[in-house]
Amino acid sequence: MTTTITLTVNGTEHTAAVEPRMLLVDFLREHLQLTGTHVGCETSQCGACVVHLNGQSVKSCTLLAVQANGSAVTTIEGLANGDDLHPVQQMFREHHGLQCGFCTPGMIMSAVDLLQRHPDPSEQQIREWLDGNLCRCTGYQNIVKAIRAAADHGAANVRV
Amino acid sequence: MYAFNYHVPDSLADVSSTLQQCDDAQVLAGGMTLLPTLKQRLAAPSDLVDLRNVQALQGIAKIDGGVRIGAMATHASVAGSALVQAQIPALAELAGGIGDAQVRHRGTLGGSIANNDPAADYPAALLALDAIIETDQREIPAGVFFTGMFETALAEHELIIAVRFADCATAAYAKFPNPASRYAMAGVFVARLAAGAVRVAVTGAAACVYRNEPLEQHLAQRFDAQSLSVVEIDTDGFNEDMHADAAYRGQLVRVMAQRAVDAARTRGIA
Repeated sequence: MTTTITLTVNGTEHTAAVEPRMLLVDFLREHLQLTGTHVGCETSQCGACVVHLNGQSVKSCTLLAVQANGSAVTTIEGLANGDDLHPVQQMFREHHGLQCGFCTPGMIMSAVDLLQRHPDPSEQQIREWLDGNLCRCTGYQNIVKAIRAAADHGAANVRV
Repeated sequence: MYAFNYHVPDSLADVSSTLQQCDDAQVLAGGMTLLPTLKQRLAAPSDLVDLRNVQALQGIAKIDGGVRIGAMATHASVAGSALVQAQIPALAELAGGIGDAQVRHRGTLGGSIANNDPAADYPAALLALDAIIETDQREIPAGVFFTGMFETALAEHELIIAVRFADCATAAYAKFPNPASRYAMAGVFVARLAAGAVRVAVTGAAACVYRNEPLEQHLAQRFDAQSLSVVEIDTDGFNEDMHADAAYRGQLVRVMAQRAVDAARTRGIA
């Protein structure tokens, strides 16, 4: 049995019939082909699947698509404005905030949420906020540096 | 995940009737424990009843002598509530330390206490603060609500509506999180109630949250962290796993209690 849901994803409304057990991350990746959101641990720990649901960062592997019915979702694909990267994306690039890139979409979506709440976070606040995002390459140092630099570049003022 | 039917009622009456009509329905609050359980096929409810549209379960309000928090209040909303921060700062701090930011955006007070995970944070706060759990059928004092590992006094289909917390003189929570899961290996909530009694509730160490009475008696005499070094911690029945044996958890309980007392004293006694 399917349920019909309507979601606004990156500003575009989508209506689809889904099984209630379909996870939001699977809906994004398989139904909408938005494969920027990654599936890592699938146990709500790694944060590779972080997207924004009505402006809050959430783990889309631990959310049913039907729970997001009527909501606005922003994924990593919705951050850049054409060829202009979001300041957080730009700073990850400049400060070498990634190596393999697997955690990066979730890491960036999480960081964007942090900067919207705390436009000028301390290093401690950044590290605490990243509790739910695991990176196995960078040792986090350059991720923290990139997020701090994004704050200096006014990331909080960019609407997503 | 096994297939299930999905319902999203918008009133308590509809939640109740849906639960009665289904074979084996399960309510869905934030889903931070339920969905991982379903994904691992450890549970197979016939129906999920999503509570997100039920207004009666939302909200954080000031009441006479305390705070009333709706069952569907997320950890992030409790942590960020100016009211909770002002009235019971230890509770806001506890909520802000559950899981990670994304989990706090979804996980709820009602979901946490209904699940009663032996290492969850909220049960310690409810027990130490003598909270009252309002359900659709009655009111249950926290002291008799948490009955065992993942077990509560809730009857089948009984739904938590809200939790009432009375203001206290001072309180604090200290936990030693497992570095991977962030669940408490030991967490201690110390509260000095408005009437002067001291409560010490321990989570993470045993099968279920409990009150450590020797620590309470000691602190009632002298509200001082240093003096707890001489109190014996009974570790009979404590959890033992690859992370910590019972003796180590016993030591964590003492140290977390000391940290909580220090923090409660720093916060000042109202």
